[in-house]
Amino acid sequence: MKRTGAAILWECLVREGVTDIFGYPGGAILPAYDAMLDFPIRHILVRHEQGATHMADGYARATGKVGVAIATSGPGATNMVTGIATAMMDSSPIVCITGQVGSRLIGSDAFQETDITGITLPITKHNYLVTRADDVAPAVREAFHIARSGRPGPVLVDITKDAQQTSCEFDWEAAAPRPHRPEPPPPGKAATVNALELIRSARKPLIFAGHGILLGDASEELRAFVDRTGIPVAMTLLGIGALPASHPLNLGMMGMHGEAWVNTAIQEADLLIALGMRFDDRVTGNLKTYARNAKKIHVDIDAAEINKNVVADVGIVGDLQTVLRAWLPELRRTDLSDWLARINELKGDSAVRDIQNLPDNGRLYAAHVIHDLWRTTGGEAIVVTDVGQHQMWEAQYYHHDRPRSLITSGGLGTMGFALPAAIGAKVGRPDAEVWVVVGDGGFQMTMAELATIAQEQIDINIAIINNGYLGMVRQWQEFFYERRYAATPLLNPDFAKLAGAFGIRAETIRTRAAVVPAAKAARKYRGTVLLDFRVEQEDTVYPMVPAGADLHNMIRRPNPIVETAESA
Amino acid sequence: MQATFVVHVEDRPGVLNRVSSLVRRRGYNIESLTVGRTETPGLSRMTIVVDTDESAVARLHANLDKLVNVRRVEDVTSAASVVRDLAMIKVTATAETRSQIMQLADVFRARVVDVAPDSLVIEITGTEDKVDGLLEMLRPYGVLEMARTGRVAMVRGAGSRTTNGDARDVEASGEAIAYSV
Repeated sequence: MKRTGAAILWECLVREGVTDIFGYPGGAILPAYDAMLDFPIRHILVRHEQGATHMADGYARATGKVGVAIATSGPGATNMVTGIATAMMDSSPIVCITGQVGSRLIGSDAFQETDITGITLPITKHNYLVTRADDVAPAVREAFHIARSGRPGPVLVDITKDAQQTSCEFDWEAAAPRPHRPEPPPPGKAATVNALELIRSARKPLIFAGHGILLGDASEELRAFVDRTGIPVAMTLLGIGALPASHPLNLGMMGMHGEAWVNTAIQEADLLIALGMRFDDRVTGNLKTYARNAKKIHVDIDAAEINKNVVADVGIVGDLQTVLRAWLPELRRTDLSDWLARINELKGDSAVRDIQNLPDNGRLYAAHVIHDLWRTTGGEAIVVTDVGQHQMWEAQYYHHDRPRSLITSGGLGTMGFALPAAIGAKVGRPDAEVWVVVGDGGFQMTMAELATIAQEQIDINIAIINNGYLGMVRQWQEFFYERRYAATPLLNPDFAKLAGAFGIRAETIRTRAAVVPAAKAARKYRGTVLLDFRVEQEDTVYPMVPAGADLHNMIRRPNPIVETAESA
Repeated sequence: MQATFVVHVEDRPGVLNRVSSLVRRRGYNIESLTVGRTETPGLSRMTIVVDTDESAVARLHANLDKLVNVRRVEDVTSAASVVRDLAMIKVTATAETRSQIMQLADVFRARVVDVAPDSLVIEITGTEDKVDGLLEMLRPYGVLEMARTGRVAMVRGAGSRTTNGDARDVEASGEAIAYSV
């Protein structure tokens, strides 16, 4: 029986396991939307296509499944670009479906025509322009295969209107993706032997846990590796959750706003075991002075990451589960007591923890809010953050014990990510408690999705860390531009009133004492609650490694505040 | 240094764009790029020459390998290989200079492929050095036009498989590349 390209599209999506899709209709994708009604798919109507891509991304990060977004041609497709680039930088598996003008009109500058495969070429893992109904099934199946295999990433499938409308025979089996790339061969024996020898002989080793641990579903293996060897672990921002924060050997986050003791330990270490991370400049600081005493073992599924920024003494291309499982039986616990004692000594001089339990002096600090949210939710929530100061404070003060419980835009640093990504996370994990932690600047970039929350009855909670500034930019201006606050003060709307207009419950919080009761009430309420936390305006994220500076040369909090209050 | 890659790609619309875009995006400069059909229908072969340092070569190799339409990448920079460039050079030729130019072409084993009252077109195939050598010799006569293909390369002997080969086969056979004249 012949079926239309549009019906084949949905048939393939359903067979790929898709149950939810985020999108926005329009002319060139109308045949697909019409066919959608005949399939068991929940469609979330967004308010901007960027939101659809972030939702698909948040869905993918929360569940490990491929997230799917759909939009029309032209502006619908170009609005997806930021979300696709975000997913590319953070290796998030999403498939974006776009409508395209009729195949005969391509190249004619037709209404709402844009070369979206050309535009997204450098920011997708792969993309397809489908001009015939016969090519729909092979393209969609291969798109899913590519999105989730190897190092995951975004794939775009652009389907012309006539390819959706015309009919052809549908053959699921014949459309199976060809093995385009063999799985990476098991790591060579020599590399494994060298790696194990370095691990056994190290006196000051550190494990780096990156996003690859979560993407490769290797948290169990990481934990076994840590427990067996007793080697302490530092996390990248996207690696948070790979090992429980409560694990005694989890030191916390590294990098520009990482814990001071972690950065110092990296500079003193004699071995770095980097697992599924890519030595981003926000992690290393000045490469010339970075971890000069340390040998480096770098394990990543992407061969192009080895020796990219940091030269590895042993580079292993492979799946982290496989690699760690091969290592485990070969390793014993070595005596690292001197090294751990040294790290504890460094921890003692921390200026990061000092405002964690600030006395209630009438001022509300962002750290208060995050800390209290952590306590109120028992550390069990999925927290979705935006980009900026609040993102770093969340990473410092919310202690994540589970994989995939922090969702944030790391590589691209996309403001506006949090609200839509949280909607996607909630759709993917309806039983999970989902919190948005977002700045007042980033929230306004995608706050139109409040309407999506209302229409689709999404039950999340939103904490706006509202300091009336583009805080992180203001902080850079404070440190590096003589406090000349060019274009960083914000005149904000009353967010509680705004939420009210969408029929969303909201509260404005100005004191420490009101934080926990407000958070508790929000948790209890069925439906989304927006909490507008009016925090200290010119607060600063410490410590800070200025861009390009040596990792150990951190700007520290000038006046550590000693915790005294029992009520904290 | 100049690195030479032979890249076996699927013959599909946009593949050249994907490869060249990758090289550009990662900040490499393409010295030359040739593309043409192979013995296998549906597969094309590119020879890409980039100017870069040694550590970057391995990364570019790995990045090319990630492109879905790329079947296989060979780094033939240091492999024993046959490297050829084809050029057509149009040079001013008068009654007095014509025979001198034809003699020069002969020395370089180039061929005269067009004769006009005031010019000659010479076709030369060889290494880039050889082509450059002839070009320098012809300049004094007045070079009117030149068209060059850029480098094409092929590993000597049976070391490299057919275009269809699996990526891993090539790495395995990389050490066994035989040198033959």
